[in-house]
Amino acid sequence: MDAQTPVLELEGVSKSFGPVQALSEVDFRVHPGEVVALVGDNGAGKSTLVKTIAGIHEADEGRILFEGNEVKITHPTDAVHLGIATVYQDLALCDNLDVVENLFLGREEGTLALDETSMEKQAGELLGRLAVTIVDMRAEVGTLSGGQRQQVAIARSLLGDPKVVVLDEPTAALGVRQTAMVLNLIKRLREEGHGVVVISHNLADVFEVADRIFVLRLGRESGDLAAGETSQEEVVAAITGATGGREGGR
Amino acid sequence: MSASGGGAAAATAEAEVAPPRADLLRRFIQGDLAELRVVIALAVIWAIFYIQEDRFLSSVNLTNLVLQATAVGLVAVGVVLVLLLGEIDLSVGAVSGLCAAIMAVLVEQNGWSPYLGIAVGVLAGTAIGLFQGSIFTTFAIPSFVVTLAGLLAWPGAQLEVLGETGTINITDPKIVGLTSTFYSDTVGWIFAFLAIGAFAAITLLGRQRRLREGLSAPPLGTLVLRIVLVAVVTLGAVWVLNDDRGLPLAVLILLGFVLFFFYITTRTTFGRHIFAVGGNAEAARRAGINVTRVRVIVFMIASTMAAIGGIMAASRLLAVNQSSGAGDFLLLAIAAPVIAGTSLFGGRGSVWHALLGALVIQSISNGMDLLGLETAVKFMVTGAVLLAAVIVDAIARRQRQAAGRV
Repeated sequence: MDAQTPVLELEGVSKSFGPVQALSEVDFRVHPGEVVALVGDNGAGKSTLVKTIAGIHEADEGRILFEGNEVKITHPTDAVHLGIATVYQDLALCDNLDVVENLFLGREEGTLALDETSMEKQAGELLGRLAVTIVDMRAEVGTLSGGQRQQVAIARSLLGDPKVVVLDEPTAALGVRQTAMVLNLIKRLREEGHGVVVISHNLADVFEVADRIFVLRLGRESGDLAAGETSQEEVVAAITGATGGREGGR
Repeated sequence: MSASGGGAAAATAEAEVAPPRADLLRRFIQGDLAELRVVIALAVIWAIFYIQEDRFLSSVNLTNLVLQATAVGLVAVGVVLVLLLGEIDLSVGAVSGLCAAIMAVLVEQNGWSPYLGIAVGVLAGTAIGLFQGSIFTTFAIPSFVVTLAGLLAWPGAQLEVLGETGTINITDPKIVGLTSTFYSDTVGWIFAFLAIGAFAAITLLGRQRRLREGLSAPPLGTLVLRIVLVAVVTLGAVWVLNDDRGLPLAVLILLGFVLFFFYITTRTTFGRHIFAVGGNAEAARRAGINVTRVRVIVFMIASTMAAIGGIMAASRLLAVNQSSGAGDFLLLAIAAPVIAGTSLFGGRGSVWHALLGALVIQSISNGMDLLGLETAVKFMVTGAVLLAAVIVDAIARRQRQAAGRV
């Protein structure tokens, strides 16, 4: 993995809101085909980090490298054009539109004559490839279960063929079976070679899918642990600051 | 109510496939079959008035009813688009009056050609929509307030435009002809068969295309039934109209706009974006949709349609005066789509609701006129019908929420 260039790399990124230092000199990277879990307590800076990647906030200091080249991400569209797709916990879908309409929202085919047949066909192929089972592609998204909605939201982010997919709390508020469906989908993203960043509060989920666990505490990196070589206790300690963490997982 | 709703909620929570009949009932309760609801309502209203006064269903009266419904229907088409956004435009009545006044002054007092006069009147509506939409989006003021200001201001402009006499009679044959032109029986039948043929072709070719691409398609029987229903309604309508004076130009104008905006809302990217903004504006924004642009254009369409409706109303009244576009015109134009099932909460509705709702409202108004009821009673009945429709909409929304939908 070390031989490979990270698809996305942040170097010494800092961000403050007035007197509040939300991020201090954070180094963060994701490789292709790698799932990085971003964990930390409330206010640790997870959301700020994700929003910096997604272009909602601009970093005050530090560099962002995409596939080894330095880039500026100052607007959400910059991130999208680079190939960074962000799936937010909510606010992602229009409940009054059906599955196909949501998948192609903002990138419809045929401006003056929508090509529904083609879009539905592609939507079916995409969901099939991701092993997402949805009985009726024309069902309103509002009628789907929470897990199915989350799967649709994640699937939608893949239509632009992104290099990096950022998932904000994809399993929050989901039942056991639905969580399993979403985690399986995340594994598929890894198999397809996407770099995946997952914010999660649920350490069981984190250990199930993540290759690496990146811990933030009070805006600073407090641990970068290889999932296979660490324990839940160690991660909790890094989150709470009980041990002061361990510098650099690798 | 809560028992059936709860059952439906449990059944759909996991998106399991409900048995067809329960599914139909659930969709009816949740407001998905609003068209069916309004057709039933229309049948009931017509039956009640027919029992009271059998002239109600005469071809002369039905033709008049349709002609009366065109102005409100045209304004309501624009209102539907605004409601789909989850917004409201309270200025459509005032705008219709002002734009009709502008047209009347240009044509009748300044001797402009009717085409140019109509064009300027309509474009004045478009400009007003651009102005109101820009204020609404730039300052993030609720559309309700912006258009309320319009509701107060534009009638003032209308008085100014009309000048001292306050009334301008419409004598230009072209403008009068908008609502007094009738086509021969032959033209009516040709129109009916062309319309049915086009509908059948689009429906069946669409199905074939889906099947060719390996997608699920509705059974042929359902589609044939749908085509037969459309054929019966179309032929019936043309038969009634032909029995009187013939197919009116005004009806073709209304149908033309309904079909045009039906296409825009359901078959174009822009239309899809209207629904998206109305359903979840934040999601639409994050999907890269220019929400501001969608909103401004929709307000421009609403004011434009208001102007067109105002011109049709002027043509039918043969005059524009100080009360053109005033009174209950605004409320009827907003009530029409709501009665027919377009949600006040945004994201749900159809341009057809403008037509259906205008027919319902005009049927009530026309029937009460025929029975010689007082204005006082008419207002209260119309108000009660609107209230009932809004309650039905609210219940449908609550049922959807109970079923985990928004």
